[in-house]
Amino acid sequence: MSYTPKLKKLIKIVEKTRPARVEKKKRGEEFPEMSLEEREDILKYHPDFKEEGRSEIKVGPNKGYKISNEIVNLLHAKSRVDPDQIDLANPDYETDVLIIGGGGAGTAAALTAREKGVKVLIATKLRHGDANTMMAEGGIQASTKSEKDSPYYHYLDVIGGGHFKNDPELVETLVTEAPKVMTWLDKLGAMFSKFDDGRFMTLHGGGTSRRRMHYAGDITGAEIMRTIRDEAKNHPNDIKVLEFSPAVELILNDKGECSGAVLYNLETKEYIVVKAKATVMATGGSGRLHIQEFMTTNHYGATGDGLIIAYRAGVPLKFLHTVQYHPTGAVFPEQAEGLLITEKFRGAGANVVNIDGEQFVYEREPRDVEASAFIRECTVRGKGVPTPTGKFGIWLDSPMIDLIKGEGYVHKEFPGKWILFHRYGIDITKEPMLVFPTLHYQNGGLEINKKGETAVPGLIAGGEVSGGVHGENRLMGNSLLDVTVFGRISGITAAEYAKKKAKSGKLTLEHVKKYNKALEKTGIKLNGRVAPMVLPDYSNPEVREKQLTTKYIGTLR
Amino acid sequence: MSNTTSTKQSVKQKEKVTDKKVPIFIMGKKYEVPASLTIQKALEYAGYQLIRGCGCRGGICGACGTVYRFPDSYRIEVGLACQTVVEPNMYITQIPFFPANKATYDIEKLEPTGSTMAALYPEIFKCVGCGTCTRSCPMDIDVMDYMSKAIRGDIAGAAKLSFDCVMCGLCSARCPAEEAQYNVGILARRLYGRHIAPRAKHAQKAVEYINKGKFDKGLKELKKMDMESLKKVYNERESEPQMAEEDWIPKSKKYIIENNK
Repeated sequence: MSYTPKLKKLIKIVEKTRPARVEKKKRGEEFPEMSLEEREDILKYHPDFKEEGRSEIKVGPNKGYKISNEIVNLLHAKSRVDPDQIDLANPDYETDVLIIGGGGAGTAAALTAREKGVKVLIATKLRHGDANTMMAEGGIQASTKSEKDSPYYHYLDVIGGGHFKNDPELVETLVTEAPKVMTWLDKLGAMFSKFDDGRFMTLHGGGTSRRRMHYAGDITGAEIMRTIRDEAKNHPNDIKVLEFSPAVELILNDKGECSGAVLYNLETKEYIVVKAKATVMATGGSGRLHIQEFMTTNHYGATGDGLIIAYRAGVPLKFLHTVQYHPTGAVFPEQAEGLLITEKFRGAGANVVNIDGEQFVYEREPRDVEASAFIRECTVRGKGVPTPTGKFGIWLDSPMIDLIKGEGYVHKEFPGKWILFHRYGIDITKEPMLVFPTLHYQNGGLEINKKGETAVPGLIAGGEVSGGVHGENRLMGNSLLDVTVFGRISGITAAEYAKKKAKSGKLTLEHVKKYNKALEKTGIKLNGRVAPMVLPDYSNPEVREKQLTTKYIGTLR
Repeated sequence: MSNTTSTKQSVKQKEKVTDKKVPIFIMGKKYEVPASLTIQKALEYAGYQLIRGCGCRGGICGACGTVYRFPDSYRIEVGLACQTVVEPNMYITQIPFFPANKATYDIEKLEPTGSTMAALYPEIFKCVGCGTCTRSCPMDIDVMDYMSKAIRGDIAGAAKLSFDCVMCGLCSARCPAEEAQYNVGILARRLYGRHIAPRAKHAQKAVEYINKGKFDKGLKELKKMDMESLKKVYNERESEPQMAEEDWIPKSKKYIIENNK
């Protein structure tokens, strides 16, 4: 599936302008950065600002808040199961801390909770570690180099990137905990890219004023995830894991505390009751909702379940009106569509250019600005590169990197992407990649404070499911940081709650019944919708129409 | 915004039915699927709702290890279902799980040596050097090579050679010596990361400064600042040049540590 003759011809144009651009880069000359006013102006091309893409929430703590239709539809849906059918008197599992989600945040939380001496149960939808954390490529930000950087500058970058809307307390926690997380991961034996003396190698990311992006090749998230997962598996007596068992409701007690969750065994189709003294919500993001029908970089289980069930329990949502589109998702070849091409390529020196081989935007603008510039180039300006499937893309000129940094650099620093494109017959050291914005990150989520506490006592949240730390736009390298920082904090907060604050009370799902009733009252047509979604449905619609009995026998539908 | 609407194609496969179809055999059963699909999308096209054998859909989580072969060949081929495009007459089965031995350990207390490997995974010495693991790796890793390095106690070598491992388990599934190669790989990498690679001392120092409250004053200023001043400070902040040397130092020293060496 190498480039078509037509695309190869267009690549010639990029090759023509390349030498001059490489020289410019070497001289340190950059395409001019946008002013704050210009940034604001270009954001009108961002999907968040498409009025028909949003609607109002009619029920619950955020009544009147306008967010994307896809999430609103899930909030305007009933429970998957009749609460009265669930036997809360005989829990299947009892634990100190229940962690919902087995990705980066959940696993980090399990490790710190265990250190505090409590028993942990992780319930996860897919396998332990199948999560967006695993897929994060570029790196993790931390101001570890104090002679040129500090939490002060990291704070400025984060809050400027988030359009100055972020929760300052959460940002302060993120940036001051960051170097601690790096030493923690270093001690756990995560193989970060280092100089010979042990100093971390660091790069720039979009919107950073200092090079503070730490990385492990181009599979930073995978390296972090497999390391902390291995560490969790080293404590099988304290940290138990239930795979293929997503949570479908939270359980409260009659004192209003969160006391566990109802899980759904995807394989046996059983509903399982877990009683816990404290619960951590770490379900991650929602890219698989395909907001505005965008392609996504997210993993298969990213359907926003935690948002829905916590909202039913009374936790307010924040910043969900903004969604992050990663500027550089693959649009060619078709099999790789939506696949993340890490920002590190731009950090390492690759320009982005249009069909004429011309630069049109500084390549390290914050992500929403960068993505908006791509969309403008492909739409109103008509300078996108047409793909064989009728879409448009922008060239990411990866061959520049070896010309700047020396031959072999791409091969060494981007081994994952090199192999992948090599399989498709594309040598990214010689040919550019074709990219377009792809649904990447849920900027907002459940409202938390700096200890991860939510409005519901005993319910703690951390990672992508929460909202506030990134404001309206997250910078590269702050999601791996978010999951590790707030994952670890959530574990500690949950352990302390379980040990000192948890009261015992009668388990109840009254809040679910109340929510269902409130929904009925609004008169919204629910069309039989139930939530959370659990898994997206990509099956062939023609086949689905013939699956006549799926409602009655054991499938997900 | 023609581009946003055209992304429908990636979500709804209905529009793809015009593609040329090819026959594939899912666990021996024949289905006709569009030729451009990956094995993963072909399974879904055929009507499967995947539960196991599907994770990141991007070639890194290792959930979708798949083996296949063609009628006219004796060879067993391997791939990740999310990365491999279907070919006519493929006989496909996924191996979403394969039981493997995982040692438990305290990484702090281990030494990065061959004897550590031998103690935790004694079965590595059963390796017959057949190379099936290498041929079974969808990531093109020379698995046998890193295993032999682990056996010889070359922990750094084993760590570096196994770095791209997605832990799908196909090597282990096909190993006649019943090894758990991918668990040996992660142990090697953690031993290397913890005990061979030098510690990042600059990061430890940064933590000390933070714990001593060295940056508290600056952060307090930022948190209290009105929006206009904050925007001004943000706009005027000095940026480290892209091509700067590692020892670049900013002009303003107020919020950093001078002479940090």
